[in-house]
Amino acid sequence: MPENCIYIARSSAIAARALAGEMMVMNSADSTFFTLNEVATAIFQAADGHTPLREIVRDKICEQFEVDPEQAQSDAEQFVTELSSRGILLVSSQPLSSETNQETNREAP
Amino acid sequence: MSLMTEMGQKAFNLGVPIAVHIDVTYRCNERCVHCYLDHDDHGEMTTAEIKDVLDQLAEAGVFFLTFSGGEVFMRRDFFELVEYARRLMFNVKIKTNAVMINEKDARRIRELDVDTIQISVYSHRPEVHDAITKLPHSLERTIKAIRFLREQGLRVTIANVLMTVNSSDHLGVQKLAAELGVHYTLDPTITPMMDGDTSVLALRIPGEGLPEVFRNPALVASQEEFCEPPKPPSAEDLEGYSCSAGHSFCYISPYGDVFPCVQFPLPTGNIRQQKFLDIWNLSPEMKEVRSIQAKDLTVCSSCSHVSSCTRCPGLAYMEGSMRGPSTADCEKSFYRTGVPTANMLRQGLSKPRTISGNSAHLIQIRPVAVPA
Repeated sequence: MPENCIYIARSSAIAARALAGEMMVMNSADSTFFTLNEVATAIFQAADGHTPLREIVRDKICEQFEVDPEQAQSDAEQFVTELSSRGILLVSSQPLSSETNQETNREAP
Repeated sequence: MSLMTEMGQKAFNLGVPIAVHIDVTYRCNERCVHCYLDHDDHGEMTTAEIKDVLDQLAEAGVFFLTFSGGEVFMRRDFFELVEYARRLMFNVKIKTNAVMINEKDARRIRELDVDTIQISVYSHRPEVHDAITKLPHSLERTIKAIRFLREQGLRVTIANVLMTVNSSDHLGVQKLAAELGVHYTLDPTITPMMDGDTSVLALRIPGEGLPEVFRNPALVASQEEFCEPPKPPSAEDLEGYSCSAGHSFCYISPYGDVFPCVQFPLPTGNIRQQKFLDIWNLSPEMKEVRSIQAKDLTVCSSCSHVSSCTRCPGLAYMEGSMRGPSTADCEKSFYRTGVPTANMLRQGLSKPRTISGNSAHLIQIRPVAVPA
C-alpha cells in the first residue's frame, strides 16, 4: 500500500441528506450544520472507508468536473482534513469498515 | 438568515419534505388529562413496516425525523427503529415522558447520536405533575431519567403545556429546567381529542393569562418587538403561506396515515396503501393545503395581524375551514398586541370570548380503515 494512501469514511455521529445538489450535514455532538457543494458532496458520498481518496478524486471528481488532477487532489486533501477536524469524516491510512466507524465514533470525545 | 433557515426555505420552495414527525404508537404509560389521543392499539405499523417507511422518507429527502407517540418506549422495538433511522443518516429527535428511560437506555441513546430528547414536564411539584399524568411518582422518574440523559451529555428540552391545572407552576418548571441544565419550552395549545371530544378545551388557560407568558423575558427574547402592534401587510405578506405543514413537513400516524401536520387532521393517504412520495406529491389534499396563500384566507386576509399571526391552518381546519381563522391564534394575537383581530371585529367583539365558547364543530381524526 502506498504510504500516502488515505481512506475516508463518514462518521456515524452525523446526519446527512442531499437537497437540490447540496449535502446538508449536521454533527450531532454539537449541532453544527454544514452544507457541501457539488464537488464536496461527491467526495462525501464516495467516502465508503475502503476506496482510497486518490481513486475517489480520479473517478468521481476529475471524471465529472473539469479540474486539474493535482489541484483536485490537493483541494480534496484539504477538504478531508477540515471535515475530519469537525468530526464529519474519519480519516485513516488503513481501510475503515463500517463497524470500525461505529467504534471509532463512540470513543470520540 | 441562518444556513439552516436557508435550507429550510429551499426545501419549502422545492416542496421537499425536509422534516417529518412520526408517531410510532399511541399507547402510553401515562393518561394525561389534556391528551388528545386514543391510547388503544388499532393496528399500529410493524417493525418492518416502519423500517420501510423510513427507507421511503430517506429517499424523499427527509432530514429531520421526530419519533413521538404515545410513549415511544412502549414499543419494544423502539431502539431498533432509532438505530435503523440513524443508519439512514436522519437527524433524530425523540419526544417522550422519559419515565421508562434508565441509565443503560440513556447510554444507548447517546451511542445512537440522537440530536435532542424532548420530555414533558407539567409542574415542578409531584402532586401537580402526577395528577396531570395520572401516574404516581411520574415526576420523580422523569427527573431521574433527565439526569441520566444529561450525564451522557445529551441535549434535553423540557416541554411544558400551560393549562388551568398548572398555570401557576410554569416558572417553577422553568427553574427546574435551569437546575437540570436543559432547555425549556412552554406551549398554551390544547388540542381537541381524536374522537372529537372538546371537553379537554376547558383546560385551556383564559386569554387574560397569556400576557404574563408573552412578557416573560426567558421565553420571549424581545418583548417590545414581540408585542408591538401589527404592521400593515405588504403585497409580499399576502402572497405568503401559513407554515411548513404540507410544504416541507408532514405527520405520519402509527397506522400509516399521512397528514400535513400533527395538528392538522386532514387525511391525505395511507402509507400501507400508497408510496409516501405518491401521497406527498399527488394527494389532492396535500396540493390544496399547499395552494393556500394569505390572500386566500376568508377572514384573515383582511386582518391587520395577517403578517405576524401564528395562525395554525390545522386548528382552523378543526374549527371548520383550513382557510378560516384559528380562534386560539386570534386570541394570542390580541393578547400579545392589544389589537383586535378581523375575526373578533366581524363578531362585534372588543375582546375574545373564551376559547371553548368560540370553537365551532370539530372534525374528528380516526385511523383510516386498511383492507385486511
